[in-house]
Amino acid sequence: MSIEAREARQPWILLSPTLTVITLLLIVPVLFIVVYSFWLRTSVGDVQPGFYLDNWADTLTDRFYRDILLTTLRIAAITTVVCALMGYPAAYFIARAKSNKALLLLLLMLPFWISYIIRTMSWIYILGTNGALNTALQWLGITAEPIQMLYNETTVILGLVHFLLPFMVLNVYVSLDGVDETLEDAAGSLGATKWQSFLQVTLPLSLPGLAAGSLLCFVLGAGTYITPAVLGGPRDAMFANLVYEAIIIQLNWPLGAALSLLLLAVLGALVMIYNHFLGLGQLMKGLG
Amino acid sequence: MGWSLIRFWTLMVYLFMFLPIAVVVLLAFNANQFGSFPMTGLSLRWFDELFQNEAILRALRTSLTLGALTALISTTLGVLASLALVRYDIPFRNTISTILIAPILVPEVVLAVALLLFLQFLGIHKSFTLLLFGHVIFTLPFVILVVQARLVGIRRDVEEAAMSLGASPIQTFFTITLPLLTPAVAAGGLFAFTISFDDITGTLFWKPGGVETVPTQIFAMLRNSISPEINALGTLMILITAGLPLIGLAISRKLAMRRDRAE
Repeated sequence: MSIEAREARQPWILLSPTLTVITLLLIVPVLFIVVYSFWLRTSVGDVQPGFYLDNWADTLTDRFYRDILLTTLRIAAITTVVCALMGYPAAYFIARAKSNKALLLLLLMLPFWISYIIRTMSWIYILGTNGALNTALQWLGITAEPIQMLYNETTVILGLVHFLLPFMVLNVYVSLDGVDETLEDAAGSLGATKWQSFLQVTLPLSLPGLAAGSLLCFVLGAGTYITPAVLGGPRDAMFANLVYEAIIIQLNWPLGAALSLLLLAVLGALVMIYNHFLGLGQLMKGLG
Repeated sequence: MGWSLIRFWTLMVYLFMFLPIAVVVLLAFNANQFGSFPMTGLSLRWFDELFQNEAILRALRTSLTLGALTALISTTLGVLASLALVRYDIPFRNTISTILIAPILVPEVVLAVALLLFLQFLGIHKSFTLLLFGHVIFTLPFVILVVQARLVGIRRDVEEAAMSLGASPIQTFFTITLPLLTPAVAAGGLFAFTISFDDITGTLFWKPGGVETVPTQIFAMLRNSISPEINALGTLMILITAGLPLIGLAISRKLAMRRDRAE
């Protein structure tokens, strides 16, 4: 073999283990559940291969599933907007900070290293009947009895914001950090007020980061079942909880396959739209 | 005026992120037997009870083994793939990059369901092996992103010099490339370990009955009642998953300083 041919083969040798693993453990399994979603769980409990439309008919026409899908999308949308409103000014501050920038960035990375389940359950200590807030309210004499603040849709959103805010701040920060600060000064010297130069110069230039952060918040928020399970009440199930129910509790795997494919289709469409307009590269900047 | 408002807002955002976690750590040292407010005194008894609790110790061992094996496999695969992407001019680069990060783009619940049903179909039932496969597939893209970012900074000419002096490609890899790669490998491994150690979403689908990792153990304990042991366990977990990267960061900074001084 010539040296060129060997040189050309080397990267494929390096890539092949990973590509094999991703094909066997991700691509084939996803294709498999597409087929599997047309199989049927018989009343005896075993799965009948074939081409049945029952699971898809249930998934797409059952009002219960549709309502929960809409609730899930609404919760994810509210979470994303709250994350953007809270996170943007903080990211702006970090990007423009003269001192302590390294410390602020390190602290921003810290939540990524702290367990999601612990961050979620920590709100029980703040809002629970024996939590910090109720204890404080009673100690101050404002309320006599503890107030039930937990286990509703608001606490689910609160938990999600707490989980996803670092993703938003980091992505906005990455794009703001790339914006030349002197551009604002230039706008200022041309007569723009601070607010005008922010709105017309800095904000548009940071939109890619804001979009990347929003996509991550929305997709991760809409795909969770742990937060509603810990901080939500019995009626606050999100779509991923349905998937969990179908697969783990009811053991109706074909139905679970159809439900998870619907979730994949809805969230995948968003990722596709994002990729079409902005490209996935921006997303990776914040993650890398 | 505007700037101090933004500063205050940022402070509030950081408090929002960290105050609840601080409360968990604080309550882990509470002498009160209900694991919640009020604080009745400082005590280490919950950490003591933690190490007496066989179920928790088993979960800790499972998590540590799973995390270590995941890190080993993901890092090996990830470093090889990153080398190919950074060092070679390959056709279809964009398509390949997208495939490599695909596990991040698929919601974890969907990934969990697909892998579970496919492997069950092949006769591989819920087991430690299934958990390991699952953790490898979804840590892999993160490792590749981190390692790739580090690799870009490593110069190629040292390797070329070694080869021109007669070293074989394999010799060059082990004596030149690998030592230069060490920080990237360490960062990738640490990242994979932390993500695996923290994971709950996929793990709840893949774990066999009776096997718990630390996060699923906490999740199961939460269903019964809040016990002070959860706080102690949570604190221990924070120490492991946030402590390791911080130590890693400190070491790499020290090494970089020493290298600067040597030059």
